[in-house]
Amino acid sequence: MLYYTLKRLGLAGLVALTVSFISFGLLYISSDPAIAMAGETASDADIEAIRQLYGFDRPILVQYFDWLQRAMSGDLGKSYYFRTDVSALIAERLSTTMTLGVSAITFAIVLSVPLGVAAAIRPNSVIDRIALFLSVMGQALPSFWFALMLIVFLSVTFRLLPTSGSDTWQHFIMPTIVLGYYAAPAIMRLTRTGMLEVLSTDYIRTARAKGLRPRVVLFKHALRNAVIPVVSLTAVQFGFMLGGSIVVETIFALHGAGFLAWESITRNDLPTVQGLILVFSLFYIVLTFFADLLNAWLDPRIRIN
Amino acid sequence: MSEINSKTLESQTKSSVFRRRVFGHQGVMIGAAIVLAAVLIALSAPLIAPHDPYYQDLLNRLVPPVWDSRGSWEHILGTDHLGRDYLSRLIYGARISLLIGVGAALISGLIGTVLGVAAGYFGGRVDMIVTFMITVRLSMPVVLVALAVVAIVGGSLQVVIMVLGFLLWDRFAVVMRSSTLQIRSMDYVAAAQAVGCSTTRILTTEIMPNVVNNLIVIATLEIAHAIILEAALSFLGLGVQPPLPSWGLMVSEGKDMMLFEPWLITIPGVALFLLVLAINLLGDGARDITAPENRN
Amino acid sequence: MSDRVLHVENLTVDIPLATGILHAVDGVSLHVDRGETLCIVGESGCGKSLTSLALMDLLPTKATRKIEKLELGGESILGYSEREMSDVRGNKMGMIFQEPMTSLNPAFTIGNQMIETLRRHRNLSNDAARDLAKRMLEKVGITAAGQRLGQYPHQLSGGLRQRVMIAMTLLCEPELIIADEPTTALDVTIQAQILLLLKELQSEFDMGLVLITHDLGVVARIATRVAVMYAGQIVEEGTAKQIFENPLHPYTRGLMRCIPVPGKTKRGTPLGSIPGMVPSLIGDFTGCRFADRCELAGDVCRQSDVPLRDPNGKLQAYRCIHSIEMLAKGGVA
Repeated sequence: MLYYTLKRLGLAGLVALTVSFISFGLLYISSDPAIAMAGETASDADIEAIRQLYGFDRPILVQYFDWLQRAMSGDLGKSYYFRTDVSALIAERLSTTMTLGVSAITFAIVLSVPLGVAAAIRPNSVIDRIALFLSVMGQALPSFWFALMLIVFLSVTFRLLPTSGSDTWQHFIMPTIVLGYYAAPAIMRLTRTGMLEVLSTDYIRTARAKGLRPRVVLFKHALRNAVIPVVSLTAVQFGFMLGGSIVVETIFALHGAGFLAWESITRNDLPTVQGLILVFSLFYIVLTFFADLLNAWLDPRIRIN
Repeated sequence: MSEINSKTLESQTKSSVFRRRVFGHQGVMIGAAIVLAAVLIALSAPLIAPHDPYYQDLLNRLVPPVWDSRGSWEHILGTDHLGRDYLSRLIYGARISLLIGVGAALISGLIGTVLGVAAGYFGGRVDMIVTFMITVRLSMPVVLVALAVVAIVGGSLQVVIMVLGFLLWDRFAVVMRSSTLQIRSMDYVAAAQAVGCSTTRILTTEIMPNVVNNLIVIATLEIAHAIILEAALSFLGLGVQPPLPSWGLMVSEGKDMMLFEPWLITIPGVALFLLVLAINLLGDGARDITAPENRN
Repeated sequence: MSDRVLHVENLTVDIPLATGILHAVDGVSLHVDRGETLCIVGESGCGKSLTSLALMDLLPTKATRKIEKLELGGESILGYSEREMSDVRGNKMGMIFQEPMTSLNPAFTIGNQMIETLRRHRNLSNDAARDLAKRMLEKVGITAAGQRLGQYPHQLSGGLRQRVMIAMTLLCEPELIIADEPTTALDVTIQAQILLLLKELQSEFDMGLVLITHDLGVVARIATRVAVMYAGQIVEEGTAKQIFENPLHPYTRGLMRCIPVPGKTKRGTPLGSIPGMVPSLIGDFTGCRFADRCELAGDVCRQSDVPLRDPNGKLQAYRCIHSIEMLAKGGVA
């Protein structure tokens, strides 16, 4: 298990490094940071001055290592727009996004896992068809449109929930639904498939032959094995939610990291965008790393040699 | 226990089994019907659109659709905030969605298939590198990167297709890789190698025909994926630019008035939903038909 | 507590398929007494596994069973609800399956899976259950039993796992154990050990044992009585001695010809085989099911269903229209 962990850790580190290089390079290649920084009204001389001052004229690898070094110690540069540290900026906004993300994935799990289990217990029944129907519908629904529809119906027509901002927990209800529903179909399907497979195994037949009560067979024996791949998928979906948070936070005016991403992109605030790409990627990498570990730990066949 | 009799043998010809599977599958039929309709509409847009989608009739702004008391048959689906006919914009919007969907899927399909098949067939270092590339790509937030690139380069139809094409290849690579791995371990490939067939020949005659099924399934799903992503990008202002009638853009333009003129966002939204739904049904159905054992 | 541990009368299992109803098991009647081993022999697909599942009421959902009488230790368990059956399973009646590699849950320790069985059916503390489990593991010949309890199934070999399965099934001292091909998936050397173990435990616990197999060698080793199944029906039954020394039904005789007997079969004699295939059991079928493959078959065989008969009253029954003398003359032995 230790060896496995170290291997995974090394891989994760390598991936993180590569992603950082790509995001760094991507933005530097596609625009001139000196111009972006100087602003639209600057003269050529000003731009050149900035270029030399910030070292934008050095070879890209050098610039990258410089940036990397600073990034490792937590310095992600200064935002062009806010003129404050990018790391501080992101850290401040991240808590909102995390709250949103955690409630969204919880919503998705609470919705999909029981549905998937119920569908697997009675294949081709009414509940199975409903589950599959919902999953097909859910995957086709564009999130931004769903968000607007919810706003029209819940906020305006029925005056149930607030439209925007993040003051109270009610403000998080609609965003949670919009961010979470997209992950639900995949989780439901995987749970269902996993349970169907597990329920037809020999060891479940043994459990029944031993006279164990159906609830025990289902929740202790079946679910325990079926849930293993779902854990990985959930982590992956959670990682994707950061990307999805951009749309959701923007529509609902939640001041999280996703909203910051959109703001910074439209303002050409290069350091912030870079920092965000790095943070989002790191988050995903760390998440999948822990999911891998959890996965391995849950399966005794991997955990023990 | 066998039930071989002449009647059973008859109805087992490959094409008749296939046809039965296809026409008997509800999802495929519905999906195919809608997609076909969308494609036809898109192709014949200049012929069937009642008005020019870009023509602004400022005296007739925000006319409701025909089913509202203030609507008229002149503009069946009403007009938007610049007086442009909504039905015409919807029809031309189908072109944009389909073009981007197919375009992006072609590019990402090419990239992903080449990478995946290479990884699956050659194994070893090649596989390691490709798997690493896939992991790196998966770690990057697609929406964020797409937005950033479009913001820098400038939004347009072509840019969106390129950006999505270069970002959405991961599922192609993963599936092609595992399919190829599976096929490669089959005896007939070993036989071909033993006989001395060149790599190219093996790839084209043994591997490709057998992975094509999965390729089609993934392609349909990625087309739908690209369509939704483009709509989201355009909605945020960083996709297709006005005055093009991208459905996502139409929703964005209509959202400020959505309380009083809800059709402005409902109509393009429903169109998007139906198209994506249909494509997904086709893809799921294709999976069911070509490999029912993968069905759950 | 009666001596007759299991009594089944007229068991039928039907499975609805797209093409019709598959009559997988047709009119099977069995009985097993304490200390007796009944071997059900037959080729793959003859319905023997379904029979055993039907007895435990563990058939797949689509399959339906009809039984006239089902008694376990003298008590009828026929109308039992699922809840009542679950009280019986693992408790009065146990089952051992064919694949030891996949019959245990990989996510839990051996100890966990054994203790849960005990605590389900008996009011024992965790420690008491653990003790009992340990002793049972030792009884089936597993050394370092205490350690094994804390191990996971994947850490044990196939033979060991099967021993664990046996131990687990014996925990509540059932009256009847059904073993469905318990040694088929094991190495030949281990097979002999497991069979010996089963025999010893049976006499120690004074249980009835139903052992399902397709291997006549296993039958020879362990059976008290034998029931030969073909195409969902029992075609012959009797004591092991009777079946081996004087098989009556053409199918049984055909089977006997297929195995070489050391000392008897002369070198160079080709081993027998039974030509033809098992008939389709979908939809209604009248007449003898073995007729298409039988050398003695005539039109009369196909006209109506053939019952099991025991004309000599020696408790050896067979399902054939022809008399014992005709069968002896037929030259198929």
